[in-house]
Amino acid sequence: MCSTCGCAHGGAYVEGDRPEQEAGFNRVPFSSGFSGSGPLVIGPDVAFHPAGGSQERLNASLKKQDDQEAFRRRTLEIELDVLSKNSAIASHNRRRFAEKNQLVLNLVSSPGSGKTTLLTETLKRLHESVSCAVIEGDQQTLNDAARIRATGTPAIQVNTGKGCHLNADMVNRAAQRLMLKQNGILFIENVGNLVCPADFDLGERHKVTVLSVTEGEDKPLKYSYMFAASSIMLLNKIDLLPYIHFDIDKCFEYARSVNPDIKIMPVSAASGEGMDAWISWLEAELCA
Amino acid sequence: MHEITLCQHMADLIETQARRHAVHRVTAVWVDIGAFSCTDEDALQFCFGLACRGTRAEGCALHLRQLEAECWCYDCQSDCALMTAHVKICSRCGGKNLRIVADDSVKITKLQFDEEVNNV
Repeated sequence: MCSTCGCAHGGAYVEGDRPEQEAGFNRVPFSSGFSGSGPLVIGPDVAFHPAGGSQERLNASLKKQDDQEAFRRRTLEIELDVLSKNSAIASHNRRRFAEKNQLVLNLVSSPGSGKTTLLTETLKRLHESVSCAVIEGDQQTLNDAARIRATGTPAIQVNTGKGCHLNADMVNRAAQRLMLKQNGILFIENVGNLVCPADFDLGERHKVTVLSVTEGEDKPLKYSYMFAASSIMLLNKIDLLPYIHFDIDKCFEYARSVNPDIKIMPVSAASGEGMDAWISWLEAELCA
Repeated sequence: MHEITLCQHMADLIETQARRHAVHRVTAVWVDIGAFSCTDEDALQFCFGLACRGTRAEGCALHLRQLEAECWCYDCQSDCALMTAHVKICSRCGGKNLRIVADDSVKITKLQFDEEVNNV
């Protein structure tokens, strides 16, 4: 994803870098205007001057002055929410889910925290009592949807390609292809990523962050935006606690310092420990 | 990391405005970044240039303003700053009893452009 959006450079800082070495990318002539005349301003202060030296620059600025006679410069005060397009679709999703009294959860985590296993175990337990459906988000492959369908639950895979998160429109389109009954639960398994999905509302009732004990207790501090945006944190793989160094109290403390209201549940999808509490929470939330 | 998506939305919004106001060329754009938005300024700056290619905003300047969260601590009865963006603890007294005014939005607040004089 970094090669897609350029975030490999954007704001990335490696300890030991000197400030003047940073942001070198600002001077890279990416715009097609590169070969044309005139300085290409990419940032507010950083201008890129194509080869040719000051004379060419002077000509370009003279030309610019001529242009200004035919055009008048104006400033317009506005207020446009950049995420408004996504927010509008998310609201639409939320309304539709509410009409059918469906509980929709957005499961987020880093890759490999055990989201899909947790989900299959959850679905097996809910199978009898509640109608469920799953939207699976991954950059590539249909593997996860196949794993979900093997439990007998309808699932739709969304491949985001180069994208690093699901957005409201993808969920809207996927949800239309799923036959989710009244009073059902829709699980949206987001792309494994603790950064980008925090900003994109999908129309869910809650974001559920899955953190596994193999990841380190300070993840809530390292990826605070996600934990702050979530209503509940599932601490997964607790059956591994005897074999690894993981300070569970510190982890809870960090999570609560980022989000005092976060509800925390330790679970193990593999051993089944804590799963009853999670299922009860789901059932209670469904009736809420 | 999702800044390219945000920039594409921004480029669309700007182009819509440009059409509405008979704009020849957009010269500058001002954007406010909410305190709780997980948007990186450098990445936004970088992606914006790419997203605007081939539009009337190509090559325009992007002025970003990172907004701070406004916080009032009920425990020490004073304005305070948060310890870090998301650790909701008063940096003065360590209190957790805070009123926080901040949002996670990214908003375009101002556009500067050259409009065609003939059209006015």
